[in-house]
Amino acid sequence: MSERDPLGWIAVIAAMTLTVYITRAGGFWLIGRFTIGPRLRKMLDALPGAIIAATIAPLMIHGGISAIAAVAAALLAVVTIRNDFAAVVAGVGVAALVRAAGF
Amino acid sequence: MTAALKPHWTCGAFREGVIATLPLMPGLFAFGTVAARKGFSLLDALTMSGIVFSGVAQIIVVDAWPEQLTVTSMFAIVVATFVICSRFLLIGAAMRPLLGKLPAAQVYPFLHFMVEPPWLLGLRYERNGGRDPGFIFGSAAACWVVWVVSTAPGFWLGSSVDPYRFGLDMVMPAFFTAMLVSLWQGPRKAIGWPVAAMVAVAADWLFGGFWYAVLGALAGSIVGGLADE
Repeated sequence: MSERDPLGWIAVIAAMTLTVYITRAGGFWLIGRFTIGPRLRKMLDALPGAIIAATIAPLMIHGGISAIAAVAAALLAVVTIRNDFAAVVAGVGVAALVRAAGF
Repeated sequence: MTAALKPHWTCGAFREGVIATLPLMPGLFAFGTVAARKGFSLLDALTMSGIVFSGVAQIIVVDAWPEQLTVTSMFAIVVATFVICSRFLLIGAAMRPLLGKLPAAQVYPFLHFMVEPPWLLGLRYERNGGRDPGFIFGSAAACWVVWVVSTAPGFWLGSSVDPYRFGLDMVMPAFFTAMLVSLWQGPRKAIGWPVAAMVAVAADWLFGGFWYAVLGALAGSIVGGLADE
């Protein structure tokens, strides 16, 4: 893309970088202008789980049986073995197996 | 309640953060395959991964790359990027209690490299008693290096390897599932999770696009914060 339209390419890279940085730094900066009370603190503490749930749930719906089986396998692996790598191996492995079986 | 990390960091914690991030490695070459399919050069793909460093946003924008770069198409790219990355606004806010004691000259450059894995791994590290921000810096650095480096094999393999067949699209969901387990502190504190999941699925179904993550996260966080324990 940089050969076909070098100026446009630089402009897109710059615009995207700036946009992403604004989202990354903006929330941190903005909330620093306020005092974080107990209620807001509870909301921020609830955010990590909410982000993960909101990211995975639609993927499971779209991914169907193989995605649901993969997440279930990852869950089982991490609860029993307590290791992130085991969770990833189990999730990927089960997804591949279920898909190889034709689901 | 999250405790603040110390303002000084060490190489030992940095290395620990790098190691904790390694399970994610096999899942990060997706962008290279998309860039190759859309006729980008490897250098362009690497430039974008290295400078923009925004995972899903890169994949979506390149996948929908316009025939001609006009003011309108660039505006559309910026809007799409902002929507996909809007969840970072929430994550950044949630990182304030963790990183608030660090000097601004360290935090603001670091935030350019901030993605979910260092944040989630950092939260677990903090809950286990860790107080050295080197851990989060190391994890973010590992994410950046792996993301940029794996753009190349993705680019070369292109369509000859189907990541779906090998289940590689499940690396991130499986890793997130592991993080979710480490966040579990009983059903009362997790009341926002099903809310977030349901709102995200509903938003995905109703609006399509990429609003679902930020809307679901916002709903789950508000409900989790308002619920009385």
